[in-house]
Amino acid sequence: MTSVDAPTKQPIASDQDVVRVRQMVRQAALTAKLPLVDQTKLVTAASELARNTLVHGGGGYARVEQVHNGRRAGVRVTFADEGPGIADLDLALTDGYTTGGGLGLGLSGSRRLCDEFDIDTAAGQGTRVTVVKWAR
Amino acid sequence: MDRVPVLKIGEILLVSIQIDLEDHTAMQLQDDLSHRIVETGAHGVVIDISALEIVDSFIGRMLSTIASVSRVLDAETVVVGMRPAVAITLVELGLSLKGVRTALNVDRALEILAEARPGVLAGSAADEPAAEPVP
Repeated sequence: MTSVDAPTKQPIASDQDVVRVRQMVRQAALTAKLPLVDQTKLVTAASELARNTLVHGGGGYARVEQVHNGRRAGVRVTFADEGPGIADLDLALTDGYTTGGGLGLGLSGSRRLCDEFDIDTAAGQGTRVTVVKWAR
Repeated sequence: MDRVPVLKIGEILLVSIQIDLEDHTAMQLQDDLSHRIVETGAHGVVIDISALEIVDSFIGRMLSTIASVSRVLDAETVVVGMRPAVAITLVELGLSLKGVRTALNVDRALEILAEARPGVLAGSAADEPAAEPVP
């Protein structure tokens, strides 16, 4: 059973908001006492996903929460947009595949950097990505 | 708008990134640096990222692009001061920073640049060979 507290929400509508999401996630990772390397991985993943929300989703929001599963603490971050959604998820999760002129590592790389990665999307339905990093 | 300063020291341009980079600030730096290389005729660029808490794919791409552009403009780029946690994360993210030279600190970077272009950092000695003795 996972309990959740201290949710904070940040709209993502500009470059500046991407930086704000990074700072919020860093703060949450400190609160959850994640080790430094795991903080860095989570903040990096959040940066990639927040940029995706902005660039591909046309903006949206990030929600940052402290989670506990009885034994461990962690941080959960959810990114949601009402954009065009992802028609071919397998393709979008392939290293190097890009539609935005980037390196194509945002989605696939973030999945590697987090302990849990969940994506809910369909063409025309927007995209919701949820990641969790647990303290060891 | 935030802008990252570019300092000229001899034949080297030194950039120390001390702020949490927004994407457009990173693009601006890329632009500023290429102009400054041409303006100054600098042969080396040192980018200090020791204050950066993360390097994501966008910043990674900026570093690669700066290295490529400066090479075309006859300048070598060395990135210094990457934090260990950032290095581990970059590799797991899948970024290898191909074509980007790195060094642990600015001293090492200056050594690398001096080796690449003997004489440039040592001053004008290499430019003025000793005159041939006139018989």
